Amino acid sequence: MEKRVRFKGIWLPLLLVLPQIVITAVFFFYPAGQAIWQSLFIPDPFGLSKQFVGLGNFEFLLSDRYYRASFITTAVFSTLVTVVSMGVALWLAVLADRLIKGSGTYRTLLIWPYAVAPAVAGVLWLFMFNTRVGVVTWYLGLLGYDWNHVLNGEEAMGLVVIASAWGRISYNFLFFLAGLQAIPRSVIEAAAIDGAAFWTRFRTIVFPLLSPTTFFLLVVNIVYAFFETFGVIHTITSGGPQQATTILVYKVYADGFVGQDLGSSAAQSVILLVVVSILTIVQFRYIERRVHY
Amino acid sequence: MKSGISPAALLCGLVAAGPVAAQTEIEFWHAFTGRLGELVDAQVAEFNASQSDYIVTASHKGNYSETLNAGIAAFRAGEQPDILMVFEVGTATMMAAKGAIRPVHEVMAEAGADFDPDAFIGSVKGYYTTTDGQMLSLPFNSSTPVLWVNRDALSAAGIDPDTDLSTWQQVGAVLDQLKAAGSTCPLTTAWQSWIHLENLSAYHDVPFATQENGFAGLDTELAFNAPLQVQHIQAMGDWARDGKFIYAGRRNEGGANFRAGECALFTESSAGYAGIKSEAQFAFEVRPLPYWEGVEGAPQNTIIGGASLWVMAGQTAKEYKGVASFLNFLSSPEIQARWHQDTGYLPITSAAGDLTREQGFYDANPGTDIAVRQMTAKEPTANSKGLRLGSFDQIRTIIDEELEGVWTGDKTAEAALNSAVERGNQLLRRFEQANR
Repeated sequence: MEKRVRFKGIWLPLLLVLPQIVITAVFFFYPAGQAIWQSLFIPDPFGLSKQFVGLGNFEFLLSDRYYRASFITTAVFSTLVTVVSMGVALWLAVLADRLIKGSGTYRTLLIWPYAVAPAVAGVLWLFMFNTRVGVVTWYLGLLGYDWNHVLNGEEAMGLVVIASAWGRISYNFLFFLAGLQAIPRSVIEAAAIDGAAFWTRFRTIVFPLLSPTTFFLLVVNIVYAFFETFGVIHTITSGGPQQATTILVYKVYADGFVGQDLGSSAAQSVILLVVVSILTIVQFRYIERRVHY
Repeated sequence: MKSGISPAALLCGLVAAGPVAAQTEIEFWHAFTGRLGELVDAQVAEFNASQSDYIVTASHKGNYSETLNAGIAAFRAGEQPDILMVFEVGTATMMAAKGAIRPVHEVMAEAGADFDPDAFIGSVKGYYTTTDGQMLSLPFNSSTPVLWVNRDALSAAGIDPDTDLSTWQQVGAVLDQLKAAGSTCPLTTAWQSWIHLENLSAYHDVPFATQENGFAGLDTELAFNAPLQVQHIQAMGDWARDGKFIYAGRRNEGGANFRAGECALFTESSAGYAGIKSEAQFAFEVRPLPYWEGVEGAPQNTIIGGASLWVMAGQTAKEYKGVASFLNFLSSPEIQARWHQDTGYLPITSAAGDLTREQGFYDANPGTDIAVRQMTAKEPTANSKGLRLGSFDQIRTIIDEELEGVWTGDKTAEAALNSAVERGNQLLRRFEQANR
């Protein structure tokens, strides 16, 4: 059944993928190689000298129980960000898909937050939840809830998850909406004629047909939560209180750019790289099997 | 002095004249924005107008950490500025980078500049000199922690606003009264590690770290889990549990609560003066930082926070001459006195302090000299000269984390400080290894 276009010879296909290979080599393989190389040394910040320590940086990190604890924090954070941003986006997309009038406006408005940089999003949310002048904190106070993410680790985690997921909702929404619109109406109508209610149709037809989109977003969102959220953490909590919101990528930044400990920072990025690679392999091997293309 | 000409006019004059080919350019990277940035620019413009051999170009490179990073990255690329502003916790990093910097005393001596290190206030100078008294970087902006008092809040709670708050015992009693009177924020603080551990240790003449707080060697170990520090942090933890000490954040977030009139007492840098003066709608006052009565040697002197100017290696002899001339200009009494009065930072030379007193500034602004007196009351000891610890920014983060454990009641002061010392020592060992 498979239809494949086959190129004659090797040179044309090679030429066509060359730009991609060059970009990947320059912007991915070279820096990754540098990180692996640097992770074997303890350099001084100015690059005047460095000492080869082999796997010493990794030993130092993995023997630190605070570093090990930040794996759990990262897992909790990434799961929450992915579930919240995808769940809300799917819900909004289903609603937008049913709209007949004004869907253009609705869509445009929902896409806006994606244009806000993570650090700025962090500041916006921080203002709303500021323990003293925040609007949300004030309303919560009226309800008798004393919001204090400065000392309460769970509230701090909740806040950084919301701030990180918020901008992502737009992105996920776009893909879900496109996915929903690609589902043939006739299939849904046929099910409706057979007496399937909305929820049954969603569960048995729409969601399975949407699975390629969902799978793609799952991979992309986990990568986002792992790598691109340090701006939010930096502006809202700086990893605190205690270590409640110190995720792996924030520690890479803090140790490298604030602490000038480049060896440890490089080792941490290598560890992060390995973790994300394993996650992605697991996703492709086990979850992709359940995806219907 | 050309005090009659505005900085803007000076700048216009410069632009009109254009960069003359014979002028040597001196690059100066700093971390100041807003009002402080304007004041630095004015100093630079004044220097440029005062002579025709050199032209200083000042550039803002972000906050303290970002400026340090910019300097390091530039050095690696061979594009370093002549002068780099580095905050006090970066001192050990700079000192250890022997090939990247030129000690200020050397630059001054080579340029034949008339430079007297003894003109600087002891506890300011001490932070940036070697153990044998050689100045490595030029102190620029320095402040020290004091106790800010909201007099109206004390009166409202039925407490005499002139009550003695010299000791933590007295402060504790006042906190009880404030709490009983319904205050929602009797005490808050900024910069908890700097004030309640680093300065606490110096002020009571106990070591924060071994090897003279790191001055005498890279093999230093943290020592702030001694009985005095444990007692203080435990007292603060108890106050936090009872709602007498309100923790607002790791930096100076508590300042907003104090300036809004919510908090009665606030431990913060003396440089908080400008902000508090412009925003506070209540009668406020500066008091010396409290100490624990009964501790031998207390109160000693407090230590500074702020930044100093480092001269980077790899420039021409002519540029170094210009650097020497600019640094000398910056430490002149007139410039320093004005800087001190405009910003609330300490005057870094005794002459600038005297000049400020002669000008009648302290009489017009009572309490602004408390910080100076607190720092200069006694000759600094090995425990109160300052701190010189590698990876100190990260160690402060560790301290922040552990203290937050005490404020929430998750940990006892002793467990938290022991853990902070243990974790911090690992970083010190790494720093020692990197700079061997």
